[in-house]
Amino acid sequence: MISTYLLIIVVLPLAALLWESKKNGAHSFWQVVTSPEALSALKLTFGASFIVVLINAVLGTITAWVLVRDDFRGKSMVNAVIDLPFALPTIVAGVTLLALYGPRSPVGLHLAYTRAAIVLALCFVTLPFVIRTVQPVLIELDVEMEEAARSLGASQFTVFRRVVLPNILPGILSGSVLALARALGEIGSIVVLTNGLLSTEVASLFIYNQVQDAETTNAAAVAMVLLGAAFILLLAVGALRYFVTRHERA
Amino acid sequence: MRRFLFPALIITAVLVPAGAAQARRAGTNLNLVAFSTPKAVMGKLIASFQSKPAGQGVTFSQSYGPSGSQAKAIVAGQPADIAFLSNGLDINTIANAGLVSKNWANGPQDGIAANSVVAFVVRPGNPLHIHSWSDLVKPGVKVVTPDPFPSGGAKWNVLAAYGQARKSGMSNKKAIAWVTKLFKNVVAQPTSASAAASAFFGGEGDVLITYESEAYTAFAAGKQGKLIVPKPTMLIQLPMVALKSAPPAAAAFIKFIHSPVQQKIFARNGYRPVIKSVLKDPSLATWKHKYNTGPTFRIRDKLFGGWNKANTVWFDPAHGRMLQIEQAVGGPTS
Repeated sequence: MISTYLLIIVVLPLAALLWESKKNGAHSFWQVVTSPEALSALKLTFGASFIVVLINAVLGTITAWVLVRDDFRGKSMVNAVIDLPFALPTIVAGVTLLALYGPRSPVGLHLAYTRAAIVLALCFVTLPFVIRTVQPVLIELDVEMEEAARSLGASQFTVFRRVVLPNILPGILSGSVLALARALGEIGSIVVLTNGLLSTEVASLFIYNQVQDAETTNAAAVAMVLLGAAFILLLAVGALRYFVTRHERA
Repeated sequence: MRRFLFPALIITAVLVPAGAAQARRAGTNLNLVAFSTPKAVMGKLIASFQSKPAGQGVTFSQSYGPSGSQAKAIVAGQPADIAFLSNGLDINTIANAGLVSKNWANGPQDGIAANSVVAFVVRPGNPLHIHSWSDLVKPGVKVVTPDPFPSGGAKWNVLAAYGQARKSGMSNKKAIAWVTKLFKNVVAQPTSASAAASAFFGGEGDVLITYESEAYTAFAAGKQGKLIVPKPTMLIQLPMVALKSAPPAAAAFIKFIHSPVQQKIFARNGYRPVIKSVLKDPSLATWKHKYNTGPTFRIRDKLFGGWNKANTVWFDPAHGRMLQIEQAVGGPTS
C-alpha cells in the first residue's frame, strides 16, 4: 500500500514530466535548454542557491550554537521567530520583502527587482533549515569531550575544529541539502520581486512563464535539467555526509 | 450510529452547495477570455447587457491575462465563448486553430469593439518633462513597458515606437536602432499591460508606455499620474469575437457591443468608441475633447502591412527583430 502511495504521489508525476519533456524530440530539448534565456535562468538559480546555502551553513551554525550554548533574555522568542519562515506562505514572504525593499521602502533600501533581492528572499525562506538540523546535534553533544580537550591544552579553535565540527558537520550538511533543495525550487517569494528582465528571472519563473505560454514541453525540458542537477547535488552531499560519518561505522 | 454522524455531516456540507451551484447554472453562462486591462469596463458592459432582454439570465465567467498567453490558452483548450483580445494577431491565432471564423475581420466594424491609442503615463507634475517619443530615449529616463512576447499591449508599444521613428524621417535601420535605444532605458518588462501598470503605480520607473484606456482606468481607481498622448501615436484596435462553439447569447453580446448604449459606456470609461457618432452626445463632450489628441497611424498602413506581416518581422520567436533587441538589452526573449 505504501508503495502504491509513493508511486502515485512521486513516481508517476516524475515519469509524466520526463515523457512531456521528450515530446518534441532530443534536438528541441537541447535547443531549449541551451537557449540564452534558459541558461541565464539556470545560472542565476544555481548561483543564488549556492550563495544562500553558504550563508546558511555559516550563520545557521552560529545561530544554533548561540541558541544552545548561550542564555539571554528573549531567547525563547528568538527560537520561535526562527520558525516563522516555515509558517509564512511564500507569497506573503515575497510581498513583505517587496514592501521592505520596493520603490516605497520605509528603510530607503531599493533592492527589489535586483539579484540582491533574490538572495535575500532565498535566505529568508531557507533560514530555519540549517539551524534546526544543527541544534539537536549540539544539544546531544557531550560538553565533557570539549572540556577534556581543553584540559589537554587545546586552543578554542582547535577544540572547535577537532572536537565540535566533526560532530556537527553531518547536521550542517543535512540542513544545507534541505536549504539547497528549497532554494532551487523557490518561486512564491521571488515572483513578486522580479521585473521581467533576465537579471531576475530564476529557473522556476522561466518554467512558469513557459507554462503560461502553453509551451509545456519547453517547461518540462528545463524542469528536467533542474531536477537532474538537484538530484546530482543531493547525491554528492549524501556521499560527503557518508564520508564524514565514516568513523561512526568503523 | 454516532460514528457515521461526522462523515455524514461532511458529505452533506459538500453536496448541498454543489447541488445549489448546479441549479444556478441552468441559465446560459458565457466564458469571456480577455486581455489584461479591461476588467472595469467589462463589468459595466456586462451589467448593461444583462438588463436587456437578450441578456436576461446570462451569466459570465471572466478571465483576464496577457493577450498572447490568453490566445494560446484558448487554443490549448481553455473554455471560451467570447474572446476580447488586444490585437488582431491573437485573434488570428485562434482563427488558425479553427476556433473562430477566418473571416472574423469582415464583420461589423471589422470585428473591433473599441479603440485606444498608445500613450505615456508619467509621475504627477511630469518632473522629467516628458512630452514626446524623443524624451523617452534621454539618458536616465526609466521606462516601463510589458514583455512583447506574451503581452498584446507591448506589441502595440513596440510598433508605435518604430512607427513614429519612421514618420519622423528615420530610415528603417535608424528606426530599429532607435527602438533598441528605447529598450536600453526599459527597467521592467512585466508579463502583461496590467502588471506593468501595477509596477509603475507601485513606484517603478519614470514613465509607463500603455493604452490610453488603461491610464484612464487607473486614474478612475485613484492612482496618481499624468497622461501624455504623444504626437504621432498608434491607433490601438481591440477586437472582440464569438467562438464558433459559443451559444447564441455570445453573438447577441457582440452585436450589442456596437449599439450606442455600449459604445457610450466605452467612451465614458476611457475607450475610444468605434461608432464615432456617439461622441456627438452632449454628455460626452469632455470625452470628445479628451480623445482629440492628434495624428495616429494604423496597423493596416503600408508601413506595417497588417498584423501577420508585422508579427513575422518583429515578434517571430526565432527571427523577430524584438528577439535581437531583447538579447541586446538582457530582456525576456519569450
